[in-house]
Amino acid sequence: MAGKAATAEPEVLDMGGGSTGDLPWEPGGPGGSALPQRVYVTGIWLALASILMFFTALTSAYLVRQGISTDWVPIELPAILWANTAVLLGSSATIERARRLLAEGRLEGFRRWWGFTTLLGLLFLVGQVLVWNELRAAGVYVATNPSSSFFYVLTAAHGVHLLGGVVALLYLGRWDESREHRAGRTTAAAATTVYWHFLGVIWVGVFLLLNLRG
Amino acid sequence: MAEAHAVAHEAPKGFIRKYIFSLDHKVIGIQYILLALAAVFVGMFLSLLMRLHLAWPNAKLPFYDVMTPEQYLALMTMHGTIMVFFVLTTAPQSGFGNYFLPIQIGAADMAFPTLNMLSFWLTFVSFMVMMAAFFVIGGAPISGWTAYVPLSAVGEIAGPGLGWGQSLWVISIAIFCGASLMGALNFITTTLDLRAKGMSLMRMPLTCWAWFVTAILALLGFAVLLAAGILLLLDRHAGTSFFIPGGLVITEKLIPHEGGSPLLWQHLFWFFGHPEVYIAILPGMGITSHILSTFARKPIFGYRAMVYAIFAIAGLGLSVWGHHMFVSGMSPYSAFAFSLLTMSIGVPSAIKTFNWIGTLWGAQIRFTTAMLFAIGFVSLFVSGGLSGIFLAQPAVDLPLHDTYFVVAHFHIIMGVAAIFGMFGATYYWFSKMFGRQMSEFLGKLHFWPTFIGVYAIFMPMHFIGLSGHPRRYADGSAVEFLGPLQDVHYFMTIAAIVTMAAQFIFVFNFFWSLRKGKKAEVNPWEATTLEWTVPSPPPHDNFGGRYPTVYRGPYEYSVPGAAKDFTPQHTPDGSGGGVH
Repeated sequence: MAGKAATAEPEVLDMGGGSTGDLPWEPGGPGGSALPQRVYVTGIWLALASILMFFTALTSAYLVRQGISTDWVPIELPAILWANTAVLLGSSATIERARRLLAEGRLEGFRRWWGFTTLLGLLFLVGQVLVWNELRAAGVYVATNPSSSFFYVLTAAHGVHLLGGVVALLYLGRWDESREHRAGRTTAAAATTVYWHFLGVIWVGVFLLLNLRG
Repeated sequence: MAEAHAVAHEAPKGFIRKYIFSLDHKVIGIQYILLALAAVFVGMFLSLLMRLHLAWPNAKLPFYDVMTPEQYLALMTMHGTIMVFFVLTTAPQSGFGNYFLPIQIGAADMAFPTLNMLSFWLTFVSFMVMMAAFFVIGGAPISGWTAYVPLSAVGEIAGPGLGWGQSLWVISIAIFCGASLMGALNFITTTLDLRAKGMSLMRMPLTCWAWFVTAILALLGFAVLLAAGILLLLDRHAGTSFFIPGGLVITEKLIPHEGGSPLLWQHLFWFFGHPEVYIAILPGMGITSHILSTFARKPIFGYRAMVYAIFAIAGLGLSVWGHHMFVSGMSPYSAFAFSLLTMSIGVPSAIKTFNWIGTLWGAQIRFTTAMLFAIGFVSLFVSGGLSGIFLAQPAVDLPLHDTYFVVAHFHIIMGVAAIFGMFGATYYWFSKMFGRQMSEFLGKLHFWPTFIGVYAIFMPMHFIGLSGHPRRYADGSAVEFLGPLQDVHYFMTIAAIVTMAAQFIFVFNFFWSLRKGKKAEVNPWEATTLEWTVPSPPPHDNFGGRYPTVYRGPYEYSVPGAAKDFTPQHTPDGSGGGVH
């Protein structure tokens, strides 16, 4: 790097400049292999905090908008939502089993349960699209009533986050076998599991809101 | 996945990977700073046009001929938006924070380098989308940087710029939210997980504390703004009525929405908007503490109190958004609660101010340019903070809210103080970033007209505000009772022109010093923190593949018995200190 990209770049902008031979540091320190793993767990929890704020904002908007209005007409929630809820809660159980199998080093079992989870996740998303179709067929669109507006916003926001989770599931399901990646996968799987459980909790919250304050 | 190699990524080879799509936190930091520099000149130019128009309402101006009130409002909206988001949020936190947080805590890079790069480029895209609003039919939006509904929600029928211009504004802000959330996540993770051996939390420089707490505010605040932005976009384009009330008639046309609440937008916006002012100012506080201690050659007075005060300010800052809405007709009981919480922010703010003064007390001060700007920051923070106590009281805020008094208040406390923090940071760290020192002579030549100039611009605004001059008026001279105040507008406009001209001294100094400045030593300020132990500029991974060990706090200046008047953080225990 200090060898540099010659070119016409002014020398002062060379971020790679400077010798490091005379630094007083000891080799090692916090750069051990455990370190990059920990950041994924921290990172996912922070992401959850932010997503929680996002849904809290939507929920408080929901309650305020409903509380002040005289035009709120509750929509009839399609029954498929109950099945979807069951599917998503079931997927939390399967991903937990997959994570434990991976921690025990049982790769075959991990793959199987991880695959189940991915399928259940996709099934949930398909189910949500069916819900939307049913509402559309009944003439309930996003602008029909504030209740339907919030219904679409909340389910779509949750669906987008869940789609991100499905992408992570697919990616990790195809992770290669090489040894140096093994620790990374365990951590990434653990982080994905936390995220997945969290989306289950968010869904339960959204579903309760829609049912109890519809 | 590139993140799998978090932190320990290879030094890049080609130009594109090294300078454009770089993963190196230092390059990304400089990219943010350059973006903010470009944005600040756009924002400054807009304010120049506004000030010229206020002083000489009938003068022909570049791009505008004789400015219409709508054009004035568009300039005001874009000035506020650009300055708040792309300057005050971008440079102090994402710019300097990106560059120096990892080095100061002894890490090789941020926790998620790829996310960091993505965060910068999303900010860049967001800025481009915002700039595009100038060039669409109808031009830039006129609803203010707060995009108050229903003006911002009903489309072009309500005025020029509220069609495409406003849509681009919302889209740009939504992108900015995404970028800021990624950045915040990265900052917090880095601070928590990547500190060097011995770098306990209570040994971190106060800059790192400020960036850390700012990131927490950003993580919570921008998520709410994103939600609000999505709802606003749906109101604009999908026919929903989250914010648009019923029975609204605009230019004799009934708006086909009903039941929405404009106040809901204000609550969501200010839940983000108030923490946002701390996002802008906290990094400046951290930098000020850091610089004051260095050049006072004394430990910062009350280090722990400073840390707790940052948390107190941030915590209270999350619960006072209602003080922006006293005139909205809120219940007096709510107003009382918001007022009380707001005034209690004075306590941690005073702790910080007295600790800064305590640090300076009896010190052998080295009056470098960075030090002058840090002291200027304290001055501005006091001046702007005091008017905040006035405005925190609903009974006083009601008459003052829509006057220039508020404009004076927030420009001094948030705009100018934060800018002084950035100038201080630039003069302080330039040599570390670019390997050459800025001219101290030009620096001081820049400081004095800037310091006097900003007071000359903004102090008179308090007085015309108290005289009842409304803000957002494009032309006060046309209003009878404002006529006598027109001379004050001349004065402020001339002060603004002089102050803006002085900024070119800074720009010249910046670019001249890049090439011709004196070659920098490793530690020209004789400072104690880790960034002053690595070459200028630091190598790709900061510490040459090794990691420092930290043995002491960040501000050990003038330790009795030590060989020198500064003891760097990596000096081992028992060595007597001062060994370098």
